[in-house]
Amino acid sequence: MSKQTVLYEKHQAMGARLVPFGGWDMPLHYGSQLDEHHQVRRDAGMFDVSHMTVVDLKGGGAKSYLRYLLANDVARLKESGKALYSCMLNEQGGVVDDLIVYYLNDEWYRMVVNAGTTEKDLAWLDRMSTEYDVTITPRRDLAMIAVQGPNARAKVLPLLSANLQQTGAELKPFNAVADGEWFVARTGYTGEDGFEIMLPGEKAAHFWQQLNDVGVAPCGLGARDTLRLEAGMNLYGSDMDEETSPLEAGLGWTVAWEPEARNFVGRPVLERQRKDPHKKRFVGLVLTGRGVLRNHLKLFEGQQAIGEITSGGFAPTLERSIALARVEADIGETCEVEIRGKRVAAQVVKPPFARNGKATITL
Amino acid sequence: MSNTPTDRRYAKSHEWLKDEGDGNFTIGITDHAQGLLGDLVFVDLPEVGTVVEAGNDCAVVESVKAASDVYSPVTGEVIAVNEALDGAPETINDDAFGNGWMFKVKVADAVESDSLLDAAGYDALIAEEE
Repeated sequence: MSKQTVLYEKHQAMGARLVPFGGWDMPLHYGSQLDEHHQVRRDAGMFDVSHMTVVDLKGGGAKSYLRYLLANDVARLKESGKALYSCMLNEQGGVVDDLIVYYLNDEWYRMVVNAGTTEKDLAWLDRMSTEYDVTITPRRDLAMIAVQGPNARAKVLPLLSANLQQTGAELKPFNAVADGEWFVARTGYTGEDGFEIMLPGEKAAHFWQQLNDVGVAPCGLGARDTLRLEAGMNLYGSDMDEETSPLEAGLGWTVAWEPEARNFVGRPVLERQRKDPHKKRFVGLVLTGRGVLRNHLKLFEGQQAIGEITSGGFAPTLERSIALARVEADIGETCEVEIRGKRVAAQVVKPPFARNGKATITL
Repeated sequence: MSNTPTDRRYAKSHEWLKDEGDGNFTIGITDHAQGLLGDLVFVDLPEVGTVVEAGNDCAVVESVKAASDVYSPVTGEVIAVNEALDGAPETINDDAFGNGWMFKVKVADAVESDSLLDAAGYDALIAEEE
Protein backbone atom coordinates (compact mmCIF):
# COMPACT_ATOMS: atom_id res chain seq x y z
CA MET A 1 0.00 0.00 0.00
CA SER A 2 1.60 3.24 -1.15
CA LYS A 3 1.69 6.27 1.12
CA GLN A 4 0.15 9.57 0.13
CA THR A 5 1.50 13.05 0.85
CA VAL A 6 -0.73 15.76 2.34
CA LEU A 7 -1.05 17.15 -1.21
CA TYR A 8 -2.53 13.96 -2.66
CA GLU A 9 -6.02 15.40 -3.04
CA LYS A 10 -4.63 18.55 -4.67
CA HIS A 11 -2.80 16.37 -7.19
CA GLN A 12 -5.98 14.47 -8.02
CA ALA A 13 -7.95 17.70 -8.36
CA MET A 14 -5.29 19.15 -10.67
CA GLY A 15 -5.43 16.15 -12.99
CA ALA A 16 -2.21 14.40 -11.99
CA ARG A 17 -1.36 10.98 -13.30
CA LEU A 18 -0.29 9.33 -10.04
CA VAL A 19 2.29 6.53 -10.00
CA PRO A 20 4.08 4.56 -7.28
CA PHE A 21 7.50 6.01 -6.47
CA GLY A 22 9.74 5.13 -3.51
CA GLY A 23 6.77 3.78 -1.56
CA TRP A 24 4.55 6.79 -2.34
CA ASP A 25 1.82 7.62 -4.84
CA MET A 26 3.29 10.62 -6.62
CA PRO A 27 2.36 12.75 -9.64
CA LEU A 28 4.18 11.69 -12.82
CA HIS A 29 2.73 14.64 -14.72
CA TYR A 30 -0.42 16.76 -14.85
CA GLY A 31 -0.97 16.39 -18.60
CA SER A 32 2.32 17.02 -20.37
CA GLN A 33 5.73 16.29 -18.93
CA LEU A 34 7.37 18.34 -21.70
CA ASP A 35 5.24 21.42 -21.00
CA GLU A 36 6.10 21.15 -17.31
CA HIS A 37 9.80 20.91 -18.12
CA HIS A 38 9.67 24.07 -20.27
CA GLN A 39 7.56 25.85 -17.66
CA VAL A 40 10.38 25.41 -15.12
CA ARG A 41 13.15 26.45 -17.53
CA ARG A 42 11.19 29.52 -18.70
CA ASP A 43 8.94 30.65 -15.82
CA ALA A 44 8.12 28.75 -12.61
CA GLY A 45 6.89 25.31 -11.65
CA MET A 46 6.27 23.53 -8.36
CA PHE A 47 6.93 19.99 -7.19
CA ASP A 48 5.52 18.15 -4.22
CA VAL A 49 8.64 16.68 -2.61
CA SER A 50 6.96 15.82 0.67
CA HIS A 51 7.84 12.17 0.09
CA MET A 52 11.43 13.05 0.91
CA THR A 53 12.33 12.95 4.58
CA VAL A 54 13.47 15.86 6.69
CA VAL A 55 15.62 14.73 9.62
CA ASP A 56 16.64 16.99 12.49
CA LEU A 57 19.92 16.22 14.26
CA LYS A 58 20.28 17.95 17.59
CA GLY A 59 22.66 17.82 20.51
CA GLY A 60 26.18 18.72 21.61
CA GLY A 61 27.58 15.86 19.53
CA ALA A 62 25.70 16.63 16.29
CA LYS A 63 28.66 18.27 14.58
CA SER A 64 31.23 15.60 15.40
CA TYR A 65 28.67 12.90 14.51
CA LEU A 66 28.06 14.40 11.05
CA ARG A 67 31.78 14.88 10.46
CA TYR A 68 32.12 11.10 10.95
CA LEU A 69 28.92 10.16 9.09
CA LEU A 70 29.31 12.20 5.89
CA ALA A 71 31.98 12.26 3.16
CA ASN A 72 31.66 16.03 2.91
CA ASP A 73 32.65 18.06 5.97
CA VAL A 74 29.98 19.97 7.90
CA ALA A 75 32.77 21.94 9.57
CA ARG A 76 32.70 23.99 6.35
CA LEU A 77 29.30 25.30 7.42
CA LYS A 78 29.79 28.36 9.56
CA GLU A 79 26.81 30.64 8.88
CA SER A 80 23.36 29.64 10.07
CA GLY A 81 21.26 28.32 7.18
CA LYS A 82 24.19 27.29 5.00
CA ALA A 83 23.63 24.04 3.06
CA LEU A 84 26.01 21.30 1.98
CA TYR A 85 25.48 18.43 -0.47
CA SER A 86 27.06 15.17 0.64
CA CYS A 87 27.12 11.44 0.22
CA MET A 88 26.66 9.17 3.21
CA LEU A 89 28.90 6.14 2.67
CA ASN A 90 29.07 2.61 3.98
CA GLU A 91 32.33 1.07 5.16
CA GLN A 92 33.04 -0.22 1.62
CA GLY A 93 32.87 3.34 0.27
CA GLY A 94 29.49 2.72 -1.42
CA VAL A 95 26.79 5.36 -1.28
CA VAL A 96 24.05 4.71 1.31
CA ASP A 97 22.32 7.90 0.18
CA ASP A 98 22.99 11.41 -1.09
CA LEU A 99 21.53 14.28 0.86
CA ILE A 100 21.56 17.96 1.72
CA VAL A 101 22.49 18.99 5.23
CA TYR A 102 21.74 22.46 6.62
CA TYR A 103 23.58 24.05 9.51
CA LEU A 104 21.32 25.93 11.91
CA ASN A 105 23.63 26.18 14.91
CA ASP A 106 26.33 24.07 16.56
CA GLU A 107 23.70 21.86 18.17
CA TRP A 108 21.17 21.69 15.33
CA TYR A 109 21.61 20.39 11.81
CA ARG A 110 18.84 19.39 9.42
CA MET A 111 19.17 16.94 6.54
CA VAL A 112 16.90 15.93 3.69
CA VAL A 113 17.19 12.33 2.46
CA ASN A 114 15.58 10.42 -0.40
CA ALA A 115 12.12 8.88 -0.07
CA GLY A 116 12.92 5.35 -1.18
CA THR A 117 15.93 5.10 1.13
CA THR A 118 14.36 6.66 4.23
CA GLU A 119 13.95 3.55 6.38
CA LYS A 120 17.42 2.30 5.50
CA ASP A 121 18.89 5.75 6.15
CA LEU A 122 17.24 6.12 9.55
CA ALA A 123 18.54 2.69 10.60
CA TRP A 124 22.03 3.69 9.41
CA LEU A 125 21.88 7.08 11.15
CA ASP A 126 20.90 5.31 14.35
CA ARG A 127 23.59 2.64 14.04
CA MET A 128 26.35 5.21 13.46
CA SER A 129 25.23 7.41 16.36
CA THR A 130 26.03 5.20 19.36
CA GLU A 131 29.18 7.10 20.33
CA TYR A 132 27.68 10.56 19.92
CA ASP A 133 25.42 12.89 21.88
CA VAL A 134 22.86 13.39 19.13
CA THR A 135 19.08 13.10 18.87
CA ILE A 136 17.77 12.03 15.46
CA THR A 137 14.21 13.09 14.67
CA PRO A 138 12.48 12.46 11.35
CA ARG A 139 10.12 15.40 10.77
CA ARG A 140 7.14 13.60 9.26
CA ASP A 141 4.98 16.54 10.31
CA LEU A 142 6.61 18.71 7.62
CA ALA A 143 5.61 18.90 3.97
CA MET A 144 8.06 20.11 1.34
CA ILE A 145 7.38 22.00 -1.89
CA ALA A 146 10.06 22.90 -4.44
CA VAL A 147 9.31 26.00 -6.53
CA GLN A 148 11.78 26.28 -9.40
CA GLY A 149 12.37 28.50 -12.40
CA PRO A 150 13.60 32.00 -13.29
CA ASN A 151 10.41 33.58 -11.85
CA ALA A 152 10.06 31.21 -8.90
CA ARG A 153 11.43 33.43 -6.16
CA ALA A 154 9.44 36.47 -7.27
CA LYS A 155 6.24 34.43 -7.22
CA VAL A 156 6.91 32.76 -3.86
CA LEU A 157 8.07 35.72 -1.78
CA PRO A 158 4.76 37.66 -1.55
CA LEU A 159 3.08 34.51 -0.19
CA LEU A 160 5.45 34.20 2.77
CA SER A 161 5.30 35.77 6.24
CA ALA A 162 6.54 39.37 6.47
CA ASN A 163 9.64 38.09 8.18
CA LEU A 164 10.39 35.49 5.49
CA GLN A 165 9.63 37.95 2.69
CA GLN A 166 12.59 39.97 3.82
CA THR A 167 15.02 37.23 4.84
CA GLY A 168 13.97 35.05 1.89
CA ALA A 169 14.63 37.84 -0.61
CA GLU A 170 18.17 38.21 0.72
CA LEU A 171 18.99 34.50 0.62
CA LYS A 172 22.10 33.54 -1.32
CA PRO A 173 22.16 30.27 -3.30
CA PHE A 174 22.51 27.19 -1.13
CA ASN A 175 21.35 29.01 2.00
CA ALA A 176 18.20 28.70 4.04
CA VAL A 177 16.25 30.68 6.59
CA ALA A 178 13.68 29.57 9.16
CA ASP A 179 10.64 31.28 10.66
CA GLY A 180 8.85 29.11 13.17
CA GLU A 181 8.15 25.80 11.44
CA TRP A 182 8.58 27.33 7.97
CA PHE A 183 11.99 26.75 6.42
CA VAL A 184 12.89 28.33 3.08
CA ALA A 185 16.02 27.19 1.21
CA ARG A 186 17.42 28.56 -2.04
CA THR A 187 18.17 25.08 -3.33
CA GLY A 188 16.73 22.72 -5.92
CA TYR A 189 17.14 19.80 -8.27
CA THR A 190 16.45 21.39 -11.65
CA GLY A 191 19.39 23.63 -12.54
CA GLU A 192 17.15 26.68 -12.12
CA ASP A 193 16.92 29.27 -9.38
CA GLY A 194 14.18 28.83 -6.80
CA PHE A 195 13.24 27.69 -3.35
CA GLU A 196 12.63 24.47 -1.52
CA ILE A 197 10.13 25.19 1.23
CA MET A 198 9.46 23.04 4.27
CA LEU A 199 6.26 23.87 6.08
CA PRO A 200 3.77 22.33 8.49
CA GLY A 201 1.84 19.60 6.69
CA GLU A 202 -1.53 21.15 7.50
CA LYS A 203 -0.53 24.39 5.72
CA ALA A 204 0.68 22.69 2.54
CA ALA A 205 -2.57 22.37 0.56
CA HIS A 206 -3.44 26.04 1.03
CA PHE A 207 0.08 27.16 0.09
CA TRP A 208 0.06 24.87 -2.98
CA GLN A 209 -3.21 26.46 -4.09
CA GLN A 210 -1.85 29.98 -3.52
CA LEU A 211 1.17 29.16 -5.65
CA ASN A 212 -1.07 27.81 -8.40
CA ASP A 213 -3.19 30.96 -8.22
CA VAL A 214 -0.14 33.14 -8.97
CA GLY A 215 0.74 31.05 -12.01
CA VAL A 216 3.17 28.47 -10.66
CA ALA A 217 2.43 25.31 -12.63
CA PRO A 218 2.25 21.96 -10.84
CA CYS A 219 4.97 19.65 -12.19
CA GLY A 220 5.47 15.93 -11.75
CA LEU A 221 8.33 13.52 -11.25
CA GLY A 222 8.73 13.14 -15.01
CA ALA A 223 9.77 16.76 -15.53
CA ARG A 224 11.78 16.62 -12.31
CA ASP A 225 13.83 13.80 -13.83
CA THR A 226 14.47 15.45 -17.22
CA LEU A 227 15.35 18.75 -15.50
CA ARG A 228 17.83 17.15 -13.13
CA LEU A 229 19.34 15.08 -15.94
CA GLU A 230 19.90 18.20 -18.07
CA ALA A 231 21.39 19.88 -15.00
CA GLY A 232 23.83 16.96 -14.67
CA MET A 233 22.59 16.05 -11.20
CA ASN A 234 22.81 12.47 -10.02
CA LEU A 235 19.82 10.34 -9.11
CA TYR A 236 20.29 7.93 -6.24
CA GLY A 237 19.59 4.34 -7.27
CA SER A 238 20.39 5.03 -10.92
CA ASP A 239 23.70 6.91 -11.01
CA MET A 240 25.03 5.60 -7.72
CA ASP A 241 24.08 3.12 -5.03
CA GLU A 242 25.66 1.06 -2.25
CA GLU A 243 27.92 -0.71 -4.76
CA THR A 244 29.21 2.56 -6.25
CA SER A 245 31.86 4.89 -4.90
CA PRO A 246 31.20 8.64 -5.22
CA LEU A 247 34.53 8.79 -7.11
CA GLU A 248 32.99 6.68 -9.89
CA ALA A 249 29.74 8.65 -9.91
CA GLY A 250 31.15 12.09 -10.66
CA LEU A 251 30.87 13.09 -7.02
CA GLY A 252 34.54 13.37 -6.11
CA TRP A 253 33.98 17.10 -5.60
CA THR A 254 31.69 16.34 -2.66
CA VAL A 255 34.33 14.39 -0.76
CA ALA A 256 36.25 16.58 1.73
CA TRP A 257 39.77 15.12 1.87
CA GLU A 258 41.06 17.93 4.10
CA PRO A 259 41.68 17.88 6.98
CA GLU A 260 43.48 14.56 6.58
CA ALA A 261 42.91 13.75 10.22
CA ARG A 262 39.12 13.67 9.83
CA ASN A 263 38.00 10.06 9.78
CA PHE A 264 34.69 9.48 8.04
CA VAL A 265 32.86 6.29 7.17
CA GLY A 266 34.34 4.79 3.99
CA ARG A 267 37.44 7.01 3.94
CA PRO A 268 40.10 4.24 3.83
CA VAL A 269 38.47 2.67 0.75
CA LEU A 270 38.12 6.03 -0.99
CA GLU A 271 41.77 6.88 -0.27
CA ARG A 272 42.83 3.72 -2.13
CA GLN A 273 40.46 4.37 -5.04
CA ARG A 274 41.62 7.94 -5.30
CA LYS A 275 45.09 6.76 -6.36
CA ASP A 276 43.78 4.16 -8.82
CA PRO A 277 44.43 5.42 -12.38
CA HIS A 278 42.00 2.83 -13.78
CA LYS A 279 39.00 3.89 -11.75
CA LYS A 280 35.93 4.52 -13.84
CA ARG A 281 34.93 7.98 -15.02
CA PHE A 282 31.47 9.52 -14.96
CA VAL A 283 30.65 11.47 -18.10
CA GLY A 284 27.84 13.00 -20.07
CA LEU A 285 26.73 11.72 -23.47
CA VAL A 286 24.84 13.43 -26.24
CA LEU A 287 23.34 11.15 -28.86
CA THR A 288 24.31 12.36 -32.33
CA GLY A 289 22.49 9.54 -34.16
CA ARG A 290 18.78 8.74 -34.00
CA GLY A 291 17.03 7.33 -30.95
CA VAL A 292 16.78 7.85 -27.22
CA LEU A 293 19.40 6.93 -24.64
CA ARG A 294 18.07 4.84 -21.77
CA ASN A 295 19.36 3.53 -18.45
CA HIS A 296 21.63 0.45 -18.72
CA LEU A 297 22.37 0.75 -22.45
CA LYS A 298 25.89 -0.48 -23.21
CA LEU A 299 28.65 1.68 -24.67
CA PHE A 300 31.34 0.63 -27.14
CA GLU A 301 34.48 1.84 -28.87
CA GLY A 302 34.75 -0.53 -31.82
CA GLN A 303 34.35 -4.02 -30.38
CA GLN A 304 35.47 -2.89 -26.93
CA ALA A 305 32.77 -2.56 -24.27
CA ILE A 306 33.62 0.64 -22.41
CA GLY A 307 30.75 1.38 -20.08
CA GLU A 308 27.08 1.74 -19.36
CA ILE A 309 24.47 4.48 -19.19
CA THR A 310 23.29 5.12 -15.64
CA SER A 311 20.59 7.71 -16.51
CA GLY A 312 19.40 8.45 -19.99
CA GLY A 313 16.51 10.18 -21.64
CA PHE A 314 15.29 12.95 -23.85
CA ALA A 315 16.43 16.48 -23.02
CA PRO A 316 13.59 18.86 -23.87
CA THR A 317 15.76 21.99 -23.63
CA LEU A 318 18.29 20.55 -26.09
CA GLU A 319 15.76 18.59 -28.16
CA ARG A 320 18.23 15.74 -28.14
CA SER A 321 18.81 12.63 -26.14
CA ILE A 322 21.39 12.82 -23.36
CA ALA A 323 22.73 10.54 -20.66
CA LEU A 324 25.03 10.16 -17.71
CA ALA A 325 27.33 7.16 -17.98
CA ARG A 326 30.02 5.29 -16.10
CA VAL A 327 32.89 4.50 -18.44
CA GLU A 328 36.48 3.25 -18.62
CA ALA A 329 39.11 5.84 -17.73
CA ASP A 330 40.52 6.03 -21.28
CA ILE A 331 37.29 6.79 -23.18
CA GLY A 332 37.77 9.15 -26.13
CA GLU A 333 35.58 12.01 -27.35
CA THR A 334 33.02 9.77 -29.02
CA CYS A 335 31.60 6.30 -28.54
CA GLU A 336 28.75 4.12 -29.77
CA VAL A 337 25.63 3.12 -27.90
CA GLU A 338 23.88 -0.15 -28.59
CA ILE A 339 20.17 0.56 -29.04
CA ARG A 340 18.00 -2.45 -29.93
CA GLY A 341 20.93 -4.25 -31.53
CA LYS A 342 22.13 -1.26 -33.55
CA ARG A 343 25.15 0.95 -32.90
CA VAL A 344 24.37 4.66 -32.69
CA ALA A 345 26.99 7.43 -32.38
CA ALA A 346 27.28 9.57 -29.25
CA GLN A 347 29.54 12.38 -28.17
CA VAL A 348 31.22 12.42 -24.76
CA VAL A 349 30.71 15.72 -22.91
CA LYS A 350 31.14 17.20 -19.47
CA PRO A 351 27.81 17.77 -17.66
CA PRO A 352 25.76 19.86 -17.02
CA PHE A 353 23.87 19.91 -20.31
CA ALA A 354 21.58 22.84 -19.47
CA ARG A 355 21.14 25.31 -16.64
CA ASN A 356 19.31 28.59 -16.10
CA GLY A 357 17.18 28.15 -19.19
CA LYS A 358 20.04 27.53 -21.61
CA ALA A 359 22.14 24.75 -23.05
CA THR A 360 25.60 24.65 -21.45
CA ILE A 361 27.21 22.36 -24.00
CA THR A 362 28.12 23.09 -27.60
CA LEU A 363 28.18 20.36 -30.22
CA MET B 1 -18.26 9.67 -24.84
CA SER B 2 -15.90 7.57 -26.96
CA ASN B 3 -13.82 9.21 -29.67
CA THR B 4 -12.74 5.88 -31.12
CA PRO B 5 -13.34 6.03 -34.90
CA THR B 6 -15.69 3.38 -36.21
CA ASP B 7 -14.10 3.26 -39.69
CA ARG B 8 -11.28 0.94 -38.65
CA ARG B 9 -10.30 -2.00 -36.48
CA TYR B 10 -8.07 -2.35 -33.45
CA ALA B 11 -5.45 -4.73 -32.06
CA LYS B 12 -5.39 -5.58 -28.38
CA SER B 13 -1.85 -4.16 -28.33
CA HIS B 14 -3.41 -0.72 -29.09
CA GLU B 15 -2.69 -0.30 -32.80
CA TRP B 16 -5.38 0.74 -35.27
CA LEU B 17 -5.75 -0.60 -38.80
CA LYS B 18 -7.66 1.26 -41.50
CA ASP B 19 -8.65 -0.38 -44.78
CA GLU B 20 -7.95 2.11 -47.59
CA GLY B 21 -9.96 -0.05 -49.99
CA ASP B 22 -7.25 -0.92 -52.47
CA GLY B 23 -5.52 -3.73 -50.60
CA ASN B 24 -3.62 -1.09 -48.62
CA PHE B 25 -3.99 -0.60 -44.91
CA THR B 26 -2.86 2.33 -42.76
CA ILE B 27 -1.55 1.60 -39.27
CA GLY B 28 -1.03 3.76 -36.21
CA ILE B 29 -1.39 3.65 -32.44
CA THR B 30 -4.60 4.61 -30.66
CA ASP B 31 -5.33 7.80 -28.80
CA HIS B 32 -5.58 5.73 -25.62
CA ALA B 33 -2.08 4.33 -26.26
CA GLN B 34 -0.51 7.76 -26.83
CA GLY B 35 -2.15 8.97 -23.61
CA LEU B 36 -0.57 6.13 -21.66
CA LEU B 37 2.85 6.73 -23.21
CA GLY B 38 2.88 10.50 -22.62
CA ASP B 39 4.82 13.02 -24.69
CA LEU B 40 6.43 11.19 -27.60
CA VAL B 41 9.94 12.25 -28.57
CA PHE B 42 11.09 9.62 -31.06
CA VAL B 43 9.52 7.28 -33.59
CA ASP B 44 11.42 4.50 -35.34
CA LEU B 45 9.51 3.34 -38.42
CA PRO B 46 10.06 0.27 -40.64
CA GLU B 47 11.75 0.79 -43.99
CA VAL B 48 9.64 0.94 -47.11
CA GLY B 49 9.86 -2.42 -48.87
CA THR B 50 10.24 -4.55 -45.77
CA VAL B 51 7.69 -7.24 -45.07
CA VAL B 52 6.00 -7.03 -41.69
CA GLU B 53 4.18 -9.92 -40.10
CA ALA B 54 0.98 -9.78 -38.13
CA GLY B 55 1.74 -9.75 -34.41
CA ASN B 56 5.43 -8.93 -34.81
CA ASP B 57 7.04 -5.72 -33.62
CA CYS B 58 8.04 -3.53 -36.53
CA ALA B 59 8.23 0.03 -35.13
CA VAL B 60 9.09 1.78 -31.88
CA VAL B 61 7.58 4.82 -30.23
CA GLU B 62 9.56 6.45 -27.44
CA SER B 63 8.06 8.84 -24.95
CA VAL B 64 10.02 11.06 -22.60
CA LYS B 65 10.31 8.17 -20.21
CA ALA B 66 10.03 4.85 -22.04
CA ALA B 67 10.26 2.98 -25.33
CA SER B 68 7.35 0.90 -26.57
CA ASP B 69 7.14 -1.58 -29.46
CA VAL B 70 4.48 -1.24 -32.13
CA TYR B 71 3.12 -4.48 -33.57
CA SER B 72 1.77 -4.79 -37.08
CA PRO B 73 -1.83 -6.01 -37.03
CA VAL B 74 -1.41 -7.48 -40.55
CA THR B 75 1.13 -9.25 -42.75
CA GLY B 76 2.28 -7.41 -45.84
CA GLU B 77 4.83 -5.14 -47.47
CA VAL B 78 5.43 -1.64 -46.16
CA ILE B 79 4.63 0.75 -49.01
CA ALA B 80 4.83 4.08 -47.18
CA VAL B 81 5.88 5.51 -43.83
CA ASN B 82 4.90 8.81 -42.24
CA GLU B 83 8.22 10.61 -42.55
CA ALA B 84 6.78 13.76 -41.00
CA LEU B 85 6.88 11.96 -37.63
CA ASP B 86 10.68 12.00 -37.69
CA GLY B 87 10.79 15.71 -36.95
CA ALA B 88 7.47 15.87 -35.12
CA PRO B 89 6.73 12.71 -33.13
CA GLU B 90 4.30 14.75 -30.99
CA THR B 91 1.91 14.60 -33.96
CA ILE B 92 0.89 11.20 -32.57
CA ASN B 93 -0.01 12.84 -29.24
CA ASP B 94 -2.02 15.50 -31.02
CA ASP B 95 -3.76 13.40 -33.67
CA ALA B 96 -3.20 9.67 -33.18
CA PHE B 97 -6.02 8.63 -35.52
CA GLY B 98 -5.23 11.14 -38.29
CA ASN B 99 -1.95 12.92 -39.03
CA GLY B 100 -0.22 10.63 -36.52
CA TRP B 101 -0.52 7.55 -38.78
CA MET B 102 2.70 5.53 -38.85
CA PHE B 103 2.94 3.29 -41.92
CA LYS B 104 0.96 1.72 -44.77
CA VAL B 105 1.05 -1.94 -45.66
CA LYS B 106 0.03 -3.67 -48.91
CA VAL B 107 -1.72 -6.86 -47.95
CA ALA B 108 -1.57 -9.81 -50.38
CA ASP B 109 -4.10 -12.09 -48.73
CA ALA B 110 -7.30 -11.34 -46.86
CA VAL B 111 -6.71 -9.81 -43.43
CA GLU B 112 -7.06 -12.32 -40.63
CA SER B 113 -9.49 -10.26 -38.67
CA ASP B 114 -10.49 -12.69 -35.93
CA SER B 115 -8.14 -11.18 -33.39
CA LEU B 116 -9.01 -7.58 -34.29
CA LEU B 117 -11.67 -5.54 -32.51
CA ASP B 118 -14.20 -3.03 -33.76
CA ALA B 119 -14.50 0.37 -32.07
CA ALA B 120 -17.00 -0.85 -29.48
CA GLY B 121 -14.87 -3.89 -28.73
CA TYR B 122 -11.79 -1.72 -28.31
CA ASP B 123 -13.63 0.71 -26.02
CA ALA B 124 -14.68 -2.27 -23.91
CA LEU B 125 -11.06 -3.45 -23.77
CA ILE B 126 -9.71 -0.14 -22.51
CA ALA B 127 -12.57 0.20 -20.04
CA GLU B 128 -11.56 -3.21 -18.70
CA GLU B 129 -7.88 -2.21 -18.42
CA GLU B 130 -8.78 0.89 -16.44
